[in-house]
Amino acid sequence: MAEPLLVVRNVSRYFGGLCAVNQVSLTVPEGCITALIGPNGAGKTTLFAMISGFLKPSGGIIQFRGEDVTGEPPYRLARRGIARTFQIVQPFAGLSVSDNIRIGAHLRHRSRDEAEKLANEVGREVNLGAILDRPADTLTIAGRKRLELARALATRPKLLLLDEVLAGLNPSEIREIVPLIRGLRDRGITVVMIEHVMQAVMSLADRIFVLAEGRIIAEGKPSQIATDLTVIEAYLGRGAAARLGAGHAR
Amino acid sequence: MPRGRAGARAPRSRLGLSRCRSSEIVLSPAILLSALLNGLLTGAVYALIALGLTLIYGVLHIINFAHGALLTAAMFAAYFAFKTFHLDPYVAVFLLTPAFFVLGYALQRFVIGPASHGDDRNMLLVTLGLAVIIENALLFEFRADTRTIELPYAFATINLGFTFLAVPRILGLVAAFVVAAVLWLMINLSDIGRAIRAVAKEKLGAQLVGVDVAHVYAVTFGLGTACIAVAACLLVPTYYVNPTAGNAFVLVAFTIVVLGGMGSIPGALIGGFVTGVVESLSGLFLGESLGQIGIFLTFIFVLLVRPRGLFGAGA
Amino acid sequence: MKVFAPIVVVVILLAAIPVVVHSNVVLNFLVVALMVALAGQGWNILGGYGGQYSFGHAAFFGTGAYVTAVLQARYGINAWTAFMLGILGGAVVGAVIGTLSFRSGLRGSYFALVTLAFAEVLRIVASVAPITGAGVGTLVRLDLRLAALQFESRAAFYWVILTLVAVALIVTRIVERSRFGAWLIAIRENEDAAMALGVDTTAIKLGAMVMSAAITAAAGCFYTQYFLFVDSGIAYGTWISIEALLTPIIGGIGTLFGPLLGALAVRTLGELAQSITGDAPGLDLVVFGCVLVLVVWFLPRGLAGAVAGIAQRLRQTERVSTAREAGHG
Repeated sequence: MAEPLLVVRNVSRYFGGLCAVNQVSLTVPEGCITALIGPNGAGKTTLFAMISGFLKPSGGIIQFRGEDVTGEPPYRLARRGIARTFQIVQPFAGLSVSDNIRIGAHLRHRSRDEAEKLANEVGREVNLGAILDRPADTLTIAGRKRLELARALATRPKLLLLDEVLAGLNPSEIREIVPLIRGLRDRGITVVMIEHVMQAVMSLADRIFVLAEGRIIAEGKPSQIATDLTVIEAYLGRGAAARLGAGHAR
Repeated sequence: MPRGRAGARAPRSRLGLSRCRSSEIVLSPAILLSALLNGLLTGAVYALIALGLTLIYGVLHIINFAHGALLTAAMFAAYFAFKTFHLDPYVAVFLLTPAFFVLGYALQRFVIGPASHGDDRNMLLVTLGLAVIIENALLFEFRADTRTIELPYAFATINLGFTFLAVPRILGLVAAFVVAAVLWLMINLSDIGRAIRAVAKEKLGAQLVGVDVAHVYAVTFGLGTACIAVAACLLVPTYYVNPTAGNAFVLVAFTIVVLGGMGSIPGALIGGFVTGVVESLSGLFLGESLGQIGIFLTFIFVLLVRPRGLFGAGA
Repeated sequence: MKVFAPIVVVVILLAAIPVVVHSNVVLNFLVVALMVALAGQGWNILGGYGGQYSFGHAAFFGTGAYVTAVLQARYGINAWTAFMLGILGGAVVGAVIGTLSFRSGLRGSYFALVTLAFAEVLRIVASVAPITGAGVGTLVRLDLRLAALQFESRAAFYWVILTLVAVALIVTRIVERSRFGAWLIAIRENEDAAMALGVDTTAIKLGAMVMSAAITAAAGCFYTQYFLFVDSGIAYGTWISIEALLTPIIGGIGTLFGPLLGALAVRTLGELAQSITGDAPGLDLVVFGCVLVLVVWFLPRGLAGAVAGIAQRLRQTERVSTAREAGHG
């Protein structure tokens, strides 16, 4: 088996006395979609922030393509090929859609023309082709999520961290974006996604990690996770699994 | 004289005028102690000015660049209250404080708020613009002349045996604590105080539960400006008044707020004392001009080494 | 080359002015306006494109002015060399302030404050240090030769400052079109997002600061050559910090011609205020303060934005009326 693209080993993060992420270890193999699920406040976004360099871990090691990248600043990780989207979208509000994406494209292309060409290409890929010249702050939520995705893709990442790209979208918008994400994997981009929309997670993910109270409490294939009692407890509270189990038994 | 006139308009520092040589001072423990005590007392007035600034920062999350100019304006107001109406500054304080509360309220509600369209960078520019307007309007009206008022008790001192303490400065010390206590009580116990705390912490949330944010901002700005009026009335008996008089205090107040933690009332008090002492001692060792540099360098240093802590306190 | 065409046109038009106008009063006005425009062009790189508002650009203007003056007056160094070293000196001060503040992560209010504080420190130091002539200031000897970068005619000075402004315009245009510029604008719009996209925000801001400081320092160097005198109140005074940020904000922040447009407006207002009040100090700055507040309030994109807005509206009306005519036909 090939070397995993991303290795997170015993990573912790404290905020004051609060432990947001506690000794988390996980590996992400190349060319897969990995999902990170768990209740609010479980530490998913904190973990993302550490992998993308926005937060330094209090302890532990993060390896990308076999190299120790723990504590490197975000821009250097982006150059290595890690791109992220933000849970709360962060467009360059004053710029057009095309210029937003171009900022990402500049990472691999110095020339303005080349970056613009790539930006427009990526824009069309995520179905923003018709509104490339619109100012970013006029987009709908769905549009902004796509823009966020396009900008990250324009950096030509090897690893893409998606933080709730489906949140706030309606079912038909979700149906449109799911095949897009699957298409990324098929092109060889490794995806790690934080997601609450379970239906999408189940259909997209190759492997799922469940985080609760800063720890990984379960991992496995979607089919395994769906029946795992600890997951249900994490989401629905202690005793829920037993009650559900009782319900099934009846 | 240069051919152009642009430079001639630049506000000059009055600090270049009186320069004393540090080498001429013999440093005895008594002088050091007296400098320390005077530093504490000056610090009390600084703390008062910083209180207003820190309050505004704590809620609006911007630095009010008009703070110094408003202080100058308040000092002129106290000066003319004395010259025209023979109002003792310690009496005028009870009129000027509410007047400046209203002024501050109106400025934020009807000028700064609407003009900045909710953008922090714009707010900075607008307060900077107000500072320039106020300061230069005073310069235009009253010229750069330095004015003082004579009060019988201005130089009254209390003899401690080894050193003398100026009475007006002791009053400053008392006033700083009174104002801090009043503000603290108000913020922690009153309804508007609760609204202020809510907005400071979570503007959007406060808005959602029906807090009138524009009103809270304006009240906060008014309170900050009222603090300045108190400081001005305490300064005028011993300090001179000119159109840039407030400037000397602006960066000092900024330093204090930075030292004490942005938005923190006890921080402003403690920071005030520390800064007063630093200034007093560095003035003793370096001479007055360079003593000012001591303040600036402390300020820059504090900003550079503690920004994370600051943001933490501000957020 | 097309991207430089507007600059060429504007500069040629401006260069022709002394051929037609011979009034020393008018030329003096234009020289000062262009000098302020140059200082504003410097501010605009960092503040307009990068969103980092400095309230202390006097630090760079003053360093340029003092280096040029002191090197000539005290060390007999050639004016041209002194001028270049003045620009270099400003850039170095910019690098130092930039490194200290950006590495500490200062943004917004804090950055504005720290720049203001540095300018004040330099002003106080210059007002007491012997090398700068302390309170007396530094005089440069009158020597009307090209080699000394001094000229008998105002027109010659005008062309010198116009050349500097033209260079700054070209530099700005290159920045606008470059990857560096794209990243700088990204930082202005959203620093976190820029970082996530691989932008080394500290390095880019620092680069912008150095360029910005060098351009504003050039204005200071020119001040020395034109007036042959500097003191601490002129060189490091608040007035230049204010005018440096006022010109791009009034003209159109983050636009190529904004500072130029703004400088002409600001200096015109200043002259008007002065002509009304005579020599009384203060009123011009009162006017500037009011203009700053009003522009932020009602013209957030400055004069350039307003002109563009009107042009757009005219075009729309035109289109509507053409459509109507077509309908009638």
